[in-house]
Amino acid sequence: MSGYKAGSNLEKVLKSGQFAFTGECGPPQGANVEHLREKAGHLKGCVDAVNVTDNQTAVVRMSSWAASLILLQEGLEPNFQMVCRDRNRLAIQSDILGVYSLGVRNMLCLSGDHQSFGNHPDAKNVFDIDSMQLIHTVKTMRDDGKFLNGQDVDVPPKLFIGAASNPFAEPFDFRVYRLAKKIAAGADFIQTQCIYNMDRFREFMKRAVDMGLHEKCYILAGVTPMKSVGMALYMAKQVPGMDVPDSLIQRLRGAGKGKVAEEGIRYALEQIEEFKEMEGVAGVHLMAIEWEHRVPEIAERAGVLPRPVV
Amino acid sequence: MIVAQPKPIKEVLEMVKDFKKILVVGCKGCVTVCNVGGAKEVGILAAAIRIARKRSGQDIEVDEHTLERQCDPEYVDELAETIHEYDAVISIACGVGPQFLSERYPAVRIFPGVNTQFMGGAEAHGIWSERCAGCGTCVVHYFGGLCPIARCSKSLLNGPCGGSSHGKCEISKDVECIWDTIVRKMTEQGRLEELIEFKPPKSWTTARDGGPRRMMREELVK
Repeated sequence: MSGYKAGSNLEKVLKSGQFAFTGECGPPQGANVEHLREKAGHLKGCVDAVNVTDNQTAVVRMSSWAASLILLQEGLEPNFQMVCRDRNRLAIQSDILGVYSLGVRNMLCLSGDHQSFGNHPDAKNVFDIDSMQLIHTVKTMRDDGKFLNGQDVDVPPKLFIGAASNPFAEPFDFRVYRLAKKIAAGADFIQTQCIYNMDRFREFMKRAVDMGLHEKCYILAGVTPMKSVGMALYMAKQVPGMDVPDSLIQRLRGAGKGKVAEEGIRYALEQIEEFKEMEGVAGVHLMAIEWEHRVPEIAERAGVLPRPVV
Repeated sequence: MIVAQPKPIKEVLEMVKDFKKILVVGCKGCVTVCNVGGAKEVGILAAAIRIARKRSGQDIEVDEHTLERQCDPEYVDELAETIHEYDAVISIACGVGPQFLSERYPAVRIFPGVNTQFMGGAEAHGIWSERCAGCGTCVVHYFGGLCPIARCSKSLLNGPCGGSSHGKCEISKDVECIWDTIVRKMTEQGRLEELIEFKPPKSWTTARDGGPRRMMREELVK
């Protein structure tokens, strides 16, 4: 493991300089392990790691650490997501130790959607620390072997630290600085919000490259294929911080009945082709939301198969 | 000031449905300023209760009294002579008022007539908004004089999150994204560098998380 921070498959792929390809899998709203295994099964061999979401959009689901372990049993590498909404610093640190002890090697640090979005809007939120401080906490535990209170960690958790970046949220000019801040706090890799506005993303990446951020951290571009015009309109109007250009909506509308999903996939494939060549982009994070069974086809057509064995 | 809003009259009537003689107590402090618990509102609530009870054929005697402040024992003492004449007392001060009354007069049934909302101020006539979360360690000077603990939905010290859109918070188009304002203000002041500095986790020991708070200033204690 010499030279690696955590030695995860994702870290090895990225460090080898090969174009990374990660996927995503939302745990079930229940204990439906079979469904989770089935969804994860589609991703096997197609991606380098699978993000396991943590009560995504503040909807209660099987815990991300438990679902991560099930993925491990299935022979997939999880990228364990953790949000600050539901845990204080005690729970955060103990869960970090827990997942590492059971074999998790990647962790994505997030603030988390506000609970008012989800199915328990009456909940009290925590936000004891924020995503920036979470990144720093994992790094301090890993590299300095210290808890947040300065005490020693008895066997530090060696995790490959991920963070999210939304190049499209406002204020736009500050976004690249916030990315820099996350990298300085300890992020080893970044997965961006779903990209649809390519002009704006090109501008964002140019600024990131000008600041040399791509040399300090691996940046994976977020891609979510549009399944329908309705989904595109929902993303455009209802999801805060999402930037869906009208031109894309028109393109999907023009695809004709029964062909919108294929057009959505084509757009995603064009994006992936551009990302492969874009300076500073180290890979793609494919968030095929409840569309895991289409991932093998998308990966195949994107020319990212077979996945490297490092 | 502490900002409150009236409880629905139905809820208040339900609270006092079994009583025949009650006292409504106002406060000349914050709740008078935010038009919810002063002498005027005491009169309005008392009248509303009388009318509703008369209509339902259950007459009630409702007296009115407004204290200088309900959060100060010397003013609360003012009720010592009369309060035991009542079956129940409705306080329309902030949440402090009914508790000071309950503590001073343990035998009396005390009910809250308002819902205390937050520490804030008046944006315009009739519009109030939150400014302070009472965390016990003020940090607004790091953020252009604006508090992300009270005003960011996630209390982020290293914001803004990815949900900021057109200056609004992800939870509602009616909620300002304070981080958007902080970034703009710090940029205008040429202090963006300060926002790029990592803000470490905050100690919440001085906030409510550290347990119920009490403060003593020796020089003032007799």
